[in-house]
Amino acid sequence: MTYATVASRVSGLLLSALLILPLAVSAEEEEAENLPFSDLTMTEPERHVSATEECVAPEAEMRRNHMKFILHQRDETMHRGIRTRRHSLEECVNCHAAKNDQGEYIPVNAENQFCSSCHTYAAVNIDCFQCHATKPVRASSLDGRSASAPHPSAGPGNEPHPFLVSEGNAQ
Amino acid sequence: MSDTSNRIDSSRRAFLNKAGAAAGAAAIAPGVFLTTPAVARPADQPVTSDKRWGILVDTNKCASNCDACVTACKDENGWGSTEHHSSQEQQSQWIRKVEIRNKSTGFVATLPLMCQHCEHPPCVDVCPTGASFKRADGIVLVDKHICIGCRYCMMACPYKARSFIHEDLEDQLPWAPRGKGTVESCTMCVQRVDNDGTPACVEACSAENHNALVFGDLNDENSEISRELARAESIELRADLALNTGVRYRGI
Ligand code: HEC
Ligand code: HEC
Ligand code: HEC
Repeated sequence: MTYATVASRVSGLLLSALLILPLAVSAEEEEAENLPFSDLTMTEPERHVSATEECVAPEAEMRRNHMKFILHQRDETMHRGIRTRRHSLEECVNCHAAKNDQGEYIPVNAENQFCSSCHTYAAVNIDCFQCHATKPVRASSLDGRSASAPHPSAGPGNEPHPFLVSEGNAQ
Repeated sequence: MSDTSNRIDSSRRAFLNKAGAAAGAAAIAPGVFLTTPAVARPADQPVTSDKRWGILVDTNKCASNCDACVTACKDENGWGSTEHHSSQEQQSQWIRKVEIRNKSTGFVATLPLMCQHCEHPPCVDVCPTGASFKRADGIVLVDKHICIGCRYCMMACPYKARSFIHEDLEDQLPWAPRGKGTVESCTMCVQRVDNDGTPACVEACSAENHNALVFGDLNDENSEISRELARAESIELRADLALNTGVRYRGI
């Protein structure tokens, strides 16, 4: 048997296992409460980005590759001083942080929030938010108008940080 | 949408800054210049060794009762009164005011002391993970993503310029991420320098009208700092170590 046939058999098997598994689970749904880990359900992440806005890449690509984008950007910024905004972690937070009923931002990594819902489900642990801000602080500078972030205190004199006051990208 | 006006505002301000930087050039029409002295590095271009950033401290101009540079650094980078469980010695200190006294004459001078951004940084030599590194433009940084918190660099630094974060932090600033278990020090406000700006300490000193700090490109012989260094004597702290520091002092 050639390698290719083996590989296709194996992947065929895997595929059918993947297809069957969810069916099996739904059949057992009534008994779910008795199963170990039955409380491990996929919670939809908080959605709060306006319908007209788009992510920095098509959704399917983001789902698969968002970690590659930000980890790459991390090294580019840190070591080479590259300050493009498209894959900046700060911009992810600017768009994806939701607000509570009082209109205050919720940390983007809090339970069920955007950067934690999938991760909890997939048992991914990220340490990024031990250091990185979890809420928007300054206005986004993600668009053609200025390729890099205007620094809040870069203006003449000692102006206070123009903390994000508008509600532009949250609903 | 109010957010849009916000964005326009900030980019217009950035433009005005650049226009200000080009004040020396002849303006043929508003916003159009015959020559632009220093072209800002585009955000997608890496830093290069064409530049080497430095700071000159004139201790004759440094006021003994002033710590505007320290306060500005705290505000800009979010350290100071952020660590509530650490002892005074454990708390972060990116820049501090130091008083030196000539024992024979009694003359007292004060100066700000921070990372000296050495050309041959001992902190980089000893780092086991490569987290402590020097950027192409001479700024010495900690890549906190690969820092394991061993603190060899703190021991190696002759200027006692580095700190270790001992506790969990909250509400960090997006442009200055900080967190427990990593070492940190003056970054020469890399987030500002990369956007064509000036370190917060230098800006604050000028705002106080003391002008004891001059920031600029040591490789450019026409920069203010290079002209100042050529004009009058200055020293490196611990010149005996031959580290070729990017921060220089005058008046001591
Ligand atoms: C120990 C603190 C720390 C941790 C943990 C950390 N970072 Fe960072 N990160 C920093 C510092 C410091 C910078 C430099 C900031 C600058 O120069 O603007 C930075 C910069 C970045 C940047 C470029 C600036 C931006 O906002 O786009 C990205 C991207 C980034 N980090 C991604 C990550 C990711 C992803 C993780 C988690 C896997 C992470 N970081 C964890 C400290 C940390
Ligand atoms: C301009 C706003 C904006 C920015 C910036 C942004 N996103 Fe998004 N992102 C969206 C929108 C809109 C969606 C569509 C899903 C929704 O409505 O929540 C999305 C979807 C996603 C998805 C897929 C979610 C799912 O459930 O399938 C991931 C993952 C994601 N973004 C990660 C990121 C990361 C990582 C960054 C930073 C590099 C980032 N996004 C920056 C607006 C943004
Ligand atoms: C659509 C679900 C989903 C959303 C939303 C999501 N992630 Fe992820 N993320 C994942 C999955 C799944 C992995 C693990 C992929 C793997 O290990 O191959 C992952 C991995 C990562 C990693 C790499 C972790 C590592 O140790 O290698 C980082 C960093 C990361 N995500 C950051 C973020 C940030 C920041 C956000 C919020 C802006 C976010 N993610 C939102 C699903 C998601």
